[in-house]
Amino acid sequence: MRKILIAATAVMVTAGASLFGASAADKLKVGFIYLGPVGDFGWTYQHEVARQALAKEFGDKIETTYLENVSEGPDSERSIEQLVRAGNQLIFTTSFGYMDPTLKVAKKYPNVHFEHATGFKHDKNMGIYNGRFYEGRYIQGIIAGKMSKAGVLGYIASFPIPEVIMGINATMLGAQTVNPNIKVKIIWANTWFDPGKEADAAKALLDQGADVIMQHTDSPAAMQIASERGKLAFGQDSDMIKFGPKTQLTSIIDNWAPYYISRVKAELDGKWETDNGWDGLKAKMVVMAPYTNMPDDVKKMAMDTEAAIIAGKLFPFKCPIVDQEGKTVECKGGDHLDDGQVLGMNFYVKGIDDKIPGK
Amino acid sequence: MELLEAIILSVLAASTPLLIAATGELVTERSGVLNLGVEGMMIVGAACGFGGAWLSGSIIVGSLCGIIAGVLMSLIFAAMTLGLAVNQVATGLALTILGIGISGLIGAGFVGERITPAPHLYIPGLTDLPFAGHILFGEDAFVYLSLALLIGVWLFLYRTRAGLVLRAAGDNHVSAHALGYPVLRIRLYAVMFGGACAGLAGAYLPLAYTPFFIPGMTAGRGWIALALVVFASWRPGRLIIGAYLFGAVTILQLHAQAFSLGIPSQFMSSLPYLATVIVLVLISRARTGGSTAPAALGTVFVPDR
Repeated sequence: MRKILIAATAVMVTAGASLFGASAADKLKVGFIYLGPVGDFGWTYQHEVARQALAKEFGDKIETTYLENVSEGPDSERSIEQLVRAGNQLIFTTSFGYMDPTLKVAKKYPNVHFEHATGFKHDKNMGIYNGRFYEGRYIQGIIAGKMSKAGVLGYIASFPIPEVIMGINATMLGAQTVNPNIKVKIIWANTWFDPGKEADAAKALLDQGADVIMQHTDSPAAMQIASERGKLAFGQDSDMIKFGPKTQLTSIIDNWAPYYISRVKAELDGKWETDNGWDGLKAKMVVMAPYTNMPDDVKKMAMDTEAAIIAGKLFPFKCPIVDQEGKTVECKGGDHLDDGQVLGMNFYVKGIDDKIPGK
Repeated sequence: MELLEAIILSVLAASTPLLIAATGELVTERSGVLNLGVEGMMIVGAACGFGGAWLSGSIIVGSLCGIIAGVLMSLIFAAMTLGLAVNQVATGLALTILGIGISGLIGAGFVGERITPAPHLYIPGLTDLPFAGHILFGEDAFVYLSLALLIGVWLFLYRTRAGLVLRAAGDNHVSAHALGYPVLRIRLYAVMFGGACAGLAGAYLPLAYTPFFIPGMTAGRGWIALALVVFASWRPGRLIIGAYLFGAVTILQLHAQAFSLGIPSQFMSSLPYLATVIVLVLISRARTGGSTAPAALGTVFVPDR
């Protein structure tokens, strides 16, 4: 309800601005739809950071608007359409659940350009973009494998979807390269965001002997708990170092700014074309926070791995990959799994003593 | 044994905000007022509590800010339902939506900041006792305060004249009024007490549990507190069982997952709620002289003059 109210208010403000803002018609208007509040310190926060970078880069040439707390599903269609009516020429919809609503609005307004994050449907005026976060997870796995004294990692997962499962697998594949006997304990929080529950999950994992915590949920709660207990942890989405100055090993930072800047530039130059981008460390869409709280040899290992991935010499999902039952997974991408296999991943790799919930 | 101790410590901490908020709501409901705005009062308490502690550097100041914020929120509710005799259910729901919005506004300035959480007690000798030491003498003060609060409420409701009058107002406001008791004033105090508890419960989250503020961090705990009051069939003694049972199931399902017992996590996550439903059914079946809902709960009262 709150989301609707806020969305409605924001929409009214935008609509109002469009009425009075006729003089700004020569500026390119760029709109954003956000899932959470801009202060979530995770997913939405990083999109907002990128929007601000955009505003700074282009100054007077563009005008940006955002609607926050827009719930996924049919509600979002109205919000997207309002951005169109307010004169936005390029619109970024920043969550998976906006996929179909974005497509629908895109078909209705063929002259407006859309960019949808993390989906798989596109059109001639609707591009898609996503980050290869698993590349960062692989590096984290190596660090975790080296840093865990107990040989047990604690993983707070959100929902059993391919995006999360590929993260767990990439972590384990990385960790196994340095410690073949590494174990992982997984807790599914069944939420993206509940700081209390994330903290409880972190406590449970530490109580059961894990000594490095990683998460696929959005708040810094787990980092905070690990810090209290004097253990180690990885941040998520943004650099969470201030929640654990002596705790954070690194963090996968979602860095959307370069992509947003390049797309807005293309739009300004009249060269915008639909695309299907899935960029990682190389394009700096995925950035690793500084490697901290680890010895120099581990740090060097992490940096070398990062460099190898950027150079295209190392693929986290390189073949052969063996699943939990010991079957070798078919290798469709030559010497590594192809993007389709990674995007649809629904199995655990060998070495994970757990079951994917509901499978 | 160490693991068991750790689990119990987590359960106590997880149950505390629920217990505090539910204790306040229990008093409110015993006076005949149904305030569904617990979640809203809690989240404003969380924002103000964190703000107070962050600005002053004191957990006590933070707690007081949370309590005051909760009371102010409850006064909005009281003005509507007691003053203007507006429907309590609708007002309570509106209060929650309002609270979530206001807390985001208040909290916007200090998202991403962190404070030193409330210290855990340490009594030399006692806290170091094997096993029970940390549980009885080593949690943060809120945990023990919540128990004292509940005992105080129990004594008040069942051992004082004022408590009897409050229960009378909740069971039959017309009779209470006819006997000369100021029903609306009694209810005002009860609503304010509920607000104070909800504000404190909300403040507990950023002050002791996860020492930072993020919009929406109460994540539905206010609604669970409301359910616990029904679960307890409006009796303080059962409230404590309910709160700790709920906390225990919440924490144990996480541990069961980490042990990879192979039970689907979606089912595990629903266990606390399932337990609530089952206990509710059992209570309603085995009702032998147990107290039911206050008879005048949720009805508006306009005194005839």
